[in-house]
Amino acid sequence: MADISTQDMLPIGDWVNKVIHFMLDHNAGAFDAIGNTIDWFATMVEFLLLGIPPLVMGAIFAGVGFWRLGWKFALFVCAALGLIWATGFWGQTIATLALTLSATCVSLLLGVPVGIWCARNKLVGMLVRPVLDFMQTMPAFVYLIPAAMFFGLGRVPGILATVVFAVPPAVRLTSLGIRMVNKEQVEAGHAFGCTSWQLLFKVQLPIALPSIMAGVNQTIMMALSMVIIASMVGAGGLGNDVLASIQRLDVGLGFESGLAVVLLAIILDRITESFGHTPTTRAAEQGS
Amino acid sequence: MQSAKIVVKNLYKVFGGKSADVMRMLKSGEHKDEIFKKTGSVVGVNDVSFAVEEGEIFVLMGLSGSGKSTLIRLINRLMDPTDGQIILDGQDITKLTPKQMVELRRRDMSMVFQSFALMPHRSVLDNAAFGLEISGVDRKAREARGMEVLEQVGLAPFAHKYPHELSGGMQQRVGLVRALAVNPSLMLMDEAFSALDPLKRSEMQDILLDLQREQRRTIFFVSHDLEEALRIGTRIAIMEGGRLVQVGTPQQIIENPADDYVRNFFKSVDTSRYLQAKDLIEVANPPHSGRPGLHVPPSCSLPDVLQQLLGQSEPLQVRDDQGQCLGLITPSSVLSKISQHRLQSTATH
Repeated sequence: MADISTQDMLPIGDWVNKVIHFMLDHNAGAFDAIGNTIDWFATMVEFLLLGIPPLVMGAIFAGVGFWRLGWKFALFVCAALGLIWATGFWGQTIATLALTLSATCVSLLLGVPVGIWCARNKLVGMLVRPVLDFMQTMPAFVYLIPAAMFFGLGRVPGILATVVFAVPPAVRLTSLGIRMVNKEQVEAGHAFGCTSWQLLFKVQLPIALPSIMAGVNQTIMMALSMVIIASMVGAGGLGNDVLASIQRLDVGLGFESGLAVVLLAIILDRITESFGHTPTTRAAEQGS
Repeated sequence: MQSAKIVVKNLYKVFGGKSADVMRMLKSGEHKDEIFKKTGSVVGVNDVSFAVEEGEIFVLMGLSGSGKSTLIRLINRLMDPTDGQIILDGQDITKLTPKQMVELRRRDMSMVFQSFALMPHRSVLDNAAFGLEISGVDRKAREARGMEVLEQVGLAPFAHKYPHELSGGMQQRVGLVRALAVNPSLMLMDEAFSALDPLKRSEMQDILLDLQREQRRTIFFVSHDLEEALRIGTRIAIMEGGRLVQVGTPQQIIENPADDYVRNFFKSVDTSRYLQAKDLIEVANPPHSGRPGLHVPPSCSLPDVLQQLLGQSEPLQVRDDQGQCLGLITPSSVLSKISQHRLQSTATH
């Protein structure tokens, strides 16, 4: 008898390989269609964002910052974007922003409806939860590889791997927000003759909005961290510089490109977080 | 003769599955505690039958856990009954499909909640017009109606505020407005004023009674506060452990409490305050009923009767709307009634 620890008694890895290859052989058309759609969307987002001159872009961010958070934050935005521009990472930062926004859009398009479904159906909620755990904790490199096998190198596998990583908070916080709506508020909806859809759109979603916005914020932050890693499959943006700095052991380049990531993250975080605290949603947080 | 707005017949609600078994056990006379031990199912409402008359304020009283909150939710089917009938305006609503139920709720009934249950993201006016919006009334019409009712309760200046900017009493006035705006023939009020401090509570009771004088609606009111029930109730029903113990007018319940559970509600409540002229009559249908003299209506309150009696040697007449003399009140009849009630409320301490 061979040593039990070296024997592959349960060859899950082989099965996964077989499934992946089967899918590659038989569903190539479907993957191409998905890939092309995402590629078209991401290209468009990047084209639009790169089309905006740096000064105008800076003004837009500073303006939104001033509107949501006041002049101090607007000043910070100007300094941060100025720094990124001056260090020569403007183009890569905008490419990263485009990737992040594309991945966030796809994540929310998937995550919010699934979150709603989970909140309304206990069984679905129970089944989805372990899937979310899997998506969040499975090391990212593990699904970067099959993503690249399905969609080739480039932006698409990067975005899809990012979506896998960034969807869970959108699902979780949407579901949580809806489940936290006060029981009597839901009863009030029913008592006044809401249909199921009216209950969702006129009672549950608006009251859950602060929680959903927290989910949006988390999704963006997760997406931003993942698009950097996704540069390993050729997603582009600041990740390329980070990767290059590692390969060339160029600490200076790593610091500059890393700093651009950090600054972009702070700007996106503060702005999206502020949308969770509008005057009316603040009331919702206080409950009733 | 008034007609019944709601007739409830042999209504049951069982929580926790196995309802067929539980129903069989209940009908063979087993106690709900035994049933809980055997099946783990809770009997929330147990063989309840009563009728609510058109235009009355019917107050359902009970301690927490007595099943009153369940019962009120069965009436608009926020919960589905396990067995029995609920007949609203001659129609058994337990047989309606969910779609028909949505129609009925939009058209004919509304609800006021203990926690107010306003929508925090909507202005006061949008909250007031919520029910109308749900049933598809256009913006202009529903806002006009919302403003009209807000004005009735003195909230018009706050129409464009948000609920969290108002005090609790004002928030519940918005809750009341929301329920009134759809112009329902039946209003369900679940501990509607229980979350308010005593002063605000009696203020809200006055508002409700005023509104009821302007336009009579049938109101099904759940409360655990006897003083509230005596003050606003046309009739009071008392519930214990899922069963109805007693149904009657406030006077009937004060005069003849069915059992100790009911009597316990009177602890520290001075029931003599709720006496009316018709309860104080000493000589019923007196011979010289046609003669002139001081008179009061049958619903005249005790303080007003005392005021009228003060310094009078003649007995006070109780006359109905038609001027018919129902009986006479003398100072000694008033005193004996009051002392009787005082004794009763101190005896139960």
